[in-house]
Amino acid sequence: MINLSTTMSRALLLIPGVLLLQACGGSNGSGPPAQPTTASFAVTVSNLTNAQPLSPVAVIAHADGYRIFAVGTAASVGLEELAEGGDNTALLAEAAAAPQVAATASGAAPIGPAGSEVVSIEVLETELPGLQLSVGTMLVNTNDAFSGANAALVGDMAVGDELSFYSIAYDAGTEADTERALEIPGPAGGGEGFNPARDDQADRVAMHAGVVSQDDGLATSDLSEQERFDNPVVRIRIERVN
Amino acid sequence: MNTSLRAVVAALALLTGHAASAADFNVRIVNLTNGIWFTPFLVAAHPAGTSLFAVGQPASTNLQAMAEGGDISGLAADLQTLGATIAENPAGGLLAPATSTDVDLNTDGSSNVLLTVVAMLLPTNDAFAGLNSVTIPTEPGTYVFEVPAYDAGTEANDELLTGGGAPGVPGIPADPGGLAGTGGTGVAAADANSTVHIHRNSLGDTDPIGGPSDLDSTVHRWLNPVVRVVVTVR
Repeated sequence: MINLSTTMSRALLLIPGVLLLQACGGSNGSGPPAQPTTASFAVTVSNLTNAQPLSPVAVIAHADGYRIFAVGTAASVGLEELAEGGDNTALLAEAAAAPQVAATASGAAPIGPAGSEVVSIEVLETELPGLQLSVGTMLVNTNDAFSGANAALVGDMAVGDELSFYSIAYDAGTEADTERALEIPGPAGGGEGFNPARDDQADRVAMHAGVVSQDDGLATSDLSEQERFDNPVVRIRIERVN
Repeated sequence: MNTSLRAVVAALALLTGHAASAADFNVRIVNLTNGIWFTPFLVAAHPAGTSLFAVGQPASTNLQAMAEGGDISGLAADLQTLGATIAENPAGGLLAPATSTDVDLNTDGSSNVLLTVVAMLLPTNDAFAGLNSVTIPTEPGTYVFEVPAYDAGTEANDELLTGGGAPGVPGIPADPGGLAGTGGTGVAAADANSTVHIHRNSLGDTDPIGGPSDLDSTVHRWLNPVVRVVVTVR
């Protein structure tokens, strides 16, 4: 029996009976049309926060060994640009250059509170065994908070299978959490996004400790109590559509 | 209960449908926080029906010693009497923010089917992370548990860095990160809920030489989960 005070996430991926999907063989040369050679996933990202729009999401399909981030490890420049400025371009370019990465996709627009967006990503069926999906997005009314999914195993999902989970807010560790408008790119700030200087408490990814806000005693903060958040901040639903 | 949690419970039911059996597994403990340190962890596999704490129940004296001062010797002794499989202090000291440690446990020949992991959060008065009596999976694989911070309910969260770590002595025993202030007047009297409960988080302030708290609101707060426990069953 699960203790309600804890959550268990990856166990979902280990449910016995979920069979590894084998790529279908070629056609027999006659009769029905050839089997599709690609598999596609619909990734729905929902914003659960009160007042933290999410930057356009980055979705990356990859084999084991690639990670957008790891707790305790310094952020890549691509992650820094996403987490500080909400720009996923460099992160997706880094991913596209990584040998483990099969495909990348970008959300079309920011996702506001209460909003959702479905991003589709397609890979070759031959890339399915062990395939993982990672997702990254910035909470834009912060200095360098981001959320997403870290290497969710999707390669053994059958067409029609879905996988849902909640995700928490991380701190990229690349920019001090000043909460000043000058350094917050979202609508609550309107300030600078990415800055290559790394001036956070420590140059590594950890969990975000939340927005303090001017209303809660941080006089130098330009954020109000409305921009505070708690976990989870994002819900992600992955469906294999073909 | 949401859909995904129901799914997890279903998965757990599947995973635990087998008869209890011995397990050889690794426990990795990740400090997810940005500014919180952990005192030495106590990791234990123990028999069904036993636990070190329960939400809504008063903390035991030994749990209080762990939560207020990081002393796990009393809880370890409690577990010894249960025949538990124990690993103490796998990190060899404090576990810094965004770092991890791990330890192997083997429950062969025992009836130890539940896993508990506890340690105190610093700097706090009596906050602790607790993975509480979860069933140890028997199917080989990797299982992730996200662990919240509890308040032992035994000490006022005054947020004053006094060095007080013994049970019943007020104050915070230490700030390993060295970022706390001084001269606070005290945030809170005794907890409204004196049983074990989810911690309401530190308040802190932005005055390093005064204000109500010695803690810094921009450094010493956290959001749950504070620890991730990764169990790898071989």
